[in-house]
Amino acid sequence: MANFTLRVNGTSRDVSVDADTPLLYVLRNDLELNGPKFGCGLAQCGACTVLVDGKPVRSCVMPVSQVKGAVETIEGLGNQESLHPLQKAFIEQQACQCGYCGNGMVMSAKALLARNPRPTNEEIRKALNGHLCRCASHNRIVRAVQQAAKEMS
Amino acid sequence: MTSRRDFLKTSGALVIAFSLAPEVMAQAKLPGSLGNNRMLNAWLRIDADGTVTIFTGKIELGQGIGTALAQIAADELDVDLKRIRMVHGDTALTPNEGQTAGSLSVENSGTAVRFACAEAREMLLSAAAAKLGTQDLKVADGTINGSLTYWTLAGEIDLKKEASGTAKPKPASEHKWVGKSIPRHDIPKKFTGGAAYVQDVRMPGMLFGRVVRPPSPDAKLVSANENEIKRLPGVVAVVRDGNFLAVAAEREEQAIKARAALAKSAVWKENATLPPSGAALQALWAYRAAPGQVMENKSSATAAPAAKSLAARYTRPFQAHGSIGPSCAVAQWTDGKLRVWTHSQGVYPLRGDLANVFGIEPSAVRCTHAEGAGCYGHNGADDVALDAALLARATGGRPVKLQWMRDDEFMWEPYGSAMVMKMDGALDAQGNIVSWSHELWSHPHSRRPGQSKGSHTLAARHLEKPVGAAPVGDVPLPSGGADRNSIPGYDFPNVKVTKHFIVDSPLRTSALRTLGGYANVFALESFIDELALAAGADPVEFRLRHMKDPRARAVIEATAARAGWKPGIRNWGFAYARYKNLGCYCAVAAEVAVDRANGQVRVVRAVSGVDVGQTVNPDGVINQIEGGFIQSASWTLKEAVSFDRTRVKTRSWADYPILRFDEVPPVDVVIRNQPNERFLGVGEGSQGPAAAAIANAIANATGKRMRDLPFTPARVKAALA
Repeated sequence: MANFTLRVNGTSRDVSVDADTPLLYVLRNDLELNGPKFGCGLAQCGACTVLVDGKPVRSCVMPVSQVKGAVETIEGLGNQESLHPLQKAFIEQQACQCGYCGNGMVMSAKALLARNPRPTNEEIRKALNGHLCRCASHNRIVRAVQQAAKEMS
Repeated sequence: MTSRRDFLKTSGALVIAFSLAPEVMAQAKLPGSLGNNRMLNAWLRIDADGTVTIFTGKIELGQGIGTALAQIAADELDVDLKRIRMVHGDTALTPNEGQTAGSLSVENSGTAVRFACAEAREMLLSAAAAKLGTQDLKVADGTINGSLTYWTLAGEIDLKKEASGTAKPKPASEHKWVGKSIPRHDIPKKFTGGAAYVQDVRMPGMLFGRVVRPPSPDAKLVSANENEIKRLPGVVAVVRDGNFLAVAAEREEQAIKARAALAKSAVWKENATLPPSGAALQALWAYRAAPGQVMENKSSATAAPAAKSLAARYTRPFQAHGSIGPSCAVAQWTDGKLRVWTHSQGVYPLRGDLANVFGIEPSAVRCTHAEGAGCYGHNGADDVALDAALLARATGGRPVKLQWMRDDEFMWEPYGSAMVMKMDGALDAQGNIVSWSHELWSHPHSRRPGQSKGSHTLAARHLEKPVGAAPVGDVPLPSGGADRNSIPGYDFPNVKVTKHFIVDSPLRTSALRTLGGYANVFALESFIDELALAAGADPVEFRLRHMKDPRARAVIEATAARAGWKPGIRNWGFAYARYKNLGCYCAVAAEVAVDRANGQVRVVRAVSGVDVGQTVNPDGVINQIEGGFIQSASWTLKEAVSFDRTRVKTRSWADYPILRFDEVPPVDVVIRNQPNERFLGVGEGSQGPAAAAIANAIANATGKRMRDLPFTPARVKAALA
């Protein structure tokens, strides 16, 4: 075990874990954040996505020792009383069935909108193409990102 | 923990002795799930704090059932939707409604909630009438004539009585909530990091568990070095029982490392028990000796003679549920009693299986539902609950959260059965269908928990003293299992349907969304198009020509109209089915683009018309029909579980591609609401028609008929060559 100081959602957090521990388990179990999900452990599905210095990262394969920047999870965007425009748009578009993939969709969309505030339908699909959704809410998700882009610009 | 008895004691209801009159003992038929759960207080509780709690045995799978049932309750009771609390699937709290399956939640649970709430409202109004001395009563959000409220009257009525079933639900014209796209109440927490899933359950002292599964379906454990694994950091328990291996650790990543080490140390004896490579279907076909059962045999002496005959064979591979979140459960033993948090589709059937495996009374097991990732049928939810319970026996009372890894899920979930459908048909001289035969081969589509003895759960068969269960039969008609939707809804004079039900399967199979319906509708609706082509008829006109049911005709016509269908249309395909021949009516039109150079099929757009009877939540219906179409397009174009003679080779998403954002078409859903008709389940309606519509569109676009699922680029390219 070793000590690591992480900056998560604007707060400094100290954890004592093995250096190779994937960031996902630190976030879920040590910091008790429900947002990032275990989906595959192989960086294939995107359910575990968080932002590190604004860039989407698959936290299931990111060793905690290699996390050098500020970590942002979906909890950092907003809460039910004060929703981020992306959260508001995903809720208003009812952009899920089970919602298990939703965390990754929102986080990658946030990174997309930061670099491209008014993405086209195709650009949104391209940005989210590495995320799997099994209930098939894809079209609603795209609409949610379009709605958020409109509200944020 | 609150026992059921304590719970009822504190429910605020005034308890009056209730003796059953002889005519009630005769068990009058009650609507929906009231038939099996006859007490009103099993379904609802009205509290002095101004809330109504609805208890349902049906669970939220992301299909929006919690919101839909709340809409029904709010309307029947005349209260604001915000007052409704939902409790789903808990063996200590809710009615036993079996499995949440078969698109029956609104039909069964919704109907029960509707009649129970209507009766409760009548009782409240009757109490109010006595107090106010008038029958002229108006209710607004639980307040009667502006003075009395449900919340003060609640203690004066006794819901601990059998439902009469005679209460009059409201006419649709008086509905305030039913029929509206009310936003789902489960969604906000899912996008804000709320504790929404069983994966988010945390308990004091909780350990993390993982299983080490055999490398192949028939493998036997020869040796494993448990003692070495027990010394790894954080490891608290290693369980070895026959071929069952599991590990519990203080931290999740420690459990995952210990799993890897335990797997590495394990030596297995494997056997080549699987069908020939890549040809499971041919192996299945070789079972043709399996005796056929005639499920339908209708003949007409007055039918015109056959002028032209056609025959075709269609196949479907083993396919996976492929939940995005691997199955997970939390289990804890306290004083010989087992508590389980589970995303099982049926908490009562699971409780029975756990009791059977552990040799304890069902009353010593409490199963509580918590959502998982979408399941689409019987995935690993029940199996992982047993895994967690087996492991938690070795942790000295500490709770264990056990989640499968990706390869556990892909290699060990029960698959949707491979199937073969052999179709024969004949046209008369006018090009009308005069005879129709559908012969099918299939393994079981339901090996769910809930057998009276033993268990179908995975680990039960891996134990030193295996716990098995009696061989399963098929789900009987009219809903059917292997033969679901095999009896055509069209008006053909001569019809024969024959089923070959092959109980022993090389891979474990169970319920995947629609059971046999997907493959049967794929075959039936593809073959209709083959006959339409032979008759020189337009596929939509040809269907209408053979269809009498006015509601079926209406969805076919509405779908064709929205799609802009006209005779000679290119690149489009059409299909129709009424799910289970009992549920919603659904038609699909799909347009494809086929790349002749590489065989890639892209679905460009789709239109789907649906009649679900009275629509409770239109957006929920759209979500199910749209999601069902896209998921079915994924099955149809891409999906097959692969294996060699010994092992399943499908282990990760790299081995099992599914449809991605850049391949997903827009889906336009047309709802034909029938506000005065009963509910018809919608959750599986578009799955079968989607497959056939895509196959028919490919045939229309290329002149080549695809009969073997999935339509991978290699297969399409070969067909076009």
